[in-house]
Amino acid sequence: MKKVAYPYVMWMVIFILVPLFLVVYFAFTTGDSKNYDTFTFSLDNFRRFLSPIYLEVMTRSLLLSVISTFICFILGYPIAYIIANKRSAKMRNNMILLFVIPMWMNFLLRTYAWLTILGKNGIINTFLNFLGFESLELLYNSGSVILGMVYNFLPFMVLPIYSVLVKMDRKLIEAAEDLGASRSTIFRRVIFPLSLPGVMTGFTMVFTPAVSTFIISNLLGGNKTTLIGNVIEQQFIYTGDWHFGSTMSIILMGIILLVMAITNKGGGDLEGGRGALW
Amino acid sequence: MVKKSFRNIYTVLIFLFLYAPIIILIIYSFNESKSRGAFTGFTLKWYQDLFSNREVLKALSNTMIIAVVTTIVATTLGTLAAIGIHFSRKGPFKQMALNLNYLPILNPDVVIAVSLIALYRFMGLDFGLSTVLLSHITFCTPYVVLAVLPKLKQMNVHLAEAAMDLGAKPMYALRKVIIPEIMPGIVTGALLAFTLSVDDFAISFFTTGHGVQNLSILIFSMARRGINPVINALSTFMLIGFFILLLVINRIGRKEEEEIY
Repeated sequence: MKKVAYPYVMWMVIFILVPLFLVVYFAFTTGDSKNYDTFTFSLDNFRRFLSPIYLEVMTRSLLLSVISTFICFILGYPIAYIIANKRSAKMRNNMILLFVIPMWMNFLLRTYAWLTILGKNGIINTFLNFLGFESLELLYNSGSVILGMVYNFLPFMVLPIYSVLVKMDRKLIEAAEDLGASRSTIFRRVIFPLSLPGVMTGFTMVFTPAVSTFIISNLLGGNKTTLIGNVIEQQFIYTGDWHFGSTMSIILMGIILLVMAITNKGGGDLEGGRGALW
Repeated sequence: MVKKSFRNIYTVLIFLFLYAPIIILIIYSFNESKSRGAFTGFTLKWYQDLFSNREVLKALSNTMIIAVVTTIVATTLGTLAAIGIHFSRKGPFKQMALNLNYLPILNPDVVIAVSLIALYRFMGLDFGLSTVLLSHITFCTPYVVLAVLPKLKQMNVHLAEAAMDLGAKPMYALRKVIIPEIMPGIVTGALLAFTLSVDDFAISFFTTGHGVQNLSILIFSMARRGINPVINALSTFMLIGFFILLLVINRIGRKEEEEIY
């Protein structure tokens, strides 16, 4: 039976493993990106990355994605908890489905729709004007990029936390109740610690797409909110310096691996991640 | 009592946040004015325009061709992979297969995209529909594997053995015993692959060639000059389409369950 997995393993070696080695190869060489014969070993790309411009972009990406991840956690935990505590299984499934349905509408389009809400003549500002207040600058800043990240990736936080909470052994909570623990103590000492693996998975599932996005910053951000994803995109699509683009991809991967190592220590279980959407 | 109403208000607010842009899109698909400024009047013209807009229809057909082919290939490849991984003994092969499976799920899509274009250039492939297809199959299949594996774990281990003891060849046992048992996982995986393929932007954007545009790429290119409301109309249609698809699959699933018991 083992043999039926061979085609897939072959496929993944060719389309995942080999390409990653190529990116590493690109990262440590310079030359004409289109001509493999001109490549020579070099660490220039890494040196270039250490210049203030790129470090600033990297810091910003990290900062915005960490903030977004925490907001997702603060917003997502309560709703996951509320859904997990619904008595009827049908109700729970339907509410979880409500988190999945938005993904059926193109996510660029959903992100773009925020322009209509936040724009100069958008819904919020029209409402503010109607109440007699001044219009606010809600778009093209860090705030709108964070909003876009939270909006797009909130389900990735809610779903893993929910799946841990809903599987939790009720008897543990009953035992704590019988032993006289108050509701807040039960939450602090029993429920929350047991749900940590879900939280850790949620952190990874939100942080990874947030730190690497280039579309959200492209649509909702301005010139001052360029993220590392945008720089990578530029190098590959416009500038054509695949070597430098690869270097930044490798550094991005390294950061994500580091974050994952930390969250894994916290008990994150990746099987409860995006695969659990359905 | 206070607590309960607080919970309800919080739930409503979260869903309002999630659905606000979608409601806006649907409302603006009926808006007379082309700009996304104000709502000037009700119209159905964008729905009519949809059927004569070559650019949009072409992008839609590309999206659908890519999604359908990807779903078929990814589901087949992924289901077989899950079965193979499940029945192989603990060891380096199993570990490597599982790790390879996690790589594209954990890696950001930009990195997968750039690594794939490096590969295509290395292999000397022309960028176009075929490279987009190869890329979509690559990033969708791991999700199929993840959807099918749990169903295999839940399956009674002795079922396949019993079939083979009774004289079924392995392939026959696979077809008649294992696959029907894990069908819900396969359907879930296929749906997931389809959704991911339709919704993808980054990987398509990097791996496509000149002239091949799917809906995400079209929307991205429109974002600068203002999105044609025809796209809003189309998205409203697609949302309804997905919903019907889900209902149909749920109904079929329920019928199958009824037949079993």
